[in-house]
Amino acid sequence: MHLSVQKAAFDAGAELNAFSAGVVGAGAVVSFTGIVRDADGTLSAMEIEHYPGMTEAAIGAIITQAQTRWDLADVLVIHRYGRLEPGAQIMMVATAARHRVAAFEAAEFLMDYLKSRAPFWKKEFGHDGATWVAAKEEDESALTRW
Amino acid sequence: MDVLYFAWVRERIGLPREQIDTTAATVMALIEELKAREERYALAFCDLKSLRVALDQKLSSFDAPLAGVREVAFFPPMTGG
Repeated sequence: MHLSVQKAAFDAGAELNAFSAGVVGAGAVVSFTGIVRDADGTLSAMEIEHYPGMTEAAIGAIITQAQTRWDLADVLVIHRYGRLEPGAQIMMVATAARHRVAAFEAAEFLMDYLKSRAPFWKKEFGHDGATWVAAKEEDESALTRW
Repeated sequence: MDVLYFAWVRERIGLPREQIDTTAATVMALIEELKAREERYALAFCDLKSLRVALDQKLSSFDAPLAGVREVAFFPPMTGG
């Protein structure tokens, strides 16, 4: 298991290559990278706050749940905090498994839980000032499918 | 105990953390105590539906007991990912 909560940028390609090289016997590696989006061209930056200590514990528990549900060779989660500009990589998840279904499902499970059960809060800075991103109803209901 | 605030809860209260001496038996009792203190607390805790609480870094509920708890954190629903 590889878990990093960090301020610094990361190289998703290099991370994925290192992760893939480290898994033995896995026939499938799935990865997801989240990027700061500027949907309507008004976002100048995003600030991500987190709860040091609880963040690592919560993500660790989510990874353990995924490992219990699916037969995974390995899991990687990187999540950034601090100030990020549009186009920057916020986070990435990678899963390795013998078969692709487990790798895909576990990656989606991790994403769904990271969204509403890991203590991060996003604040967007735009032309009209700053606003905290509100949690969406569908993020909460996404958990019920698991 | 240490009480921590994050995101807009921190902004409304104006502090990231503070030490509070309390005899409150539950999270709800602590919230009532804080609300009675000052307007900024009343404002931060006015809508409990938009608040979450963690006790010793684990998500919990407002009716949870505070006995033995060292760290209480209040924050809005999380927006990770």
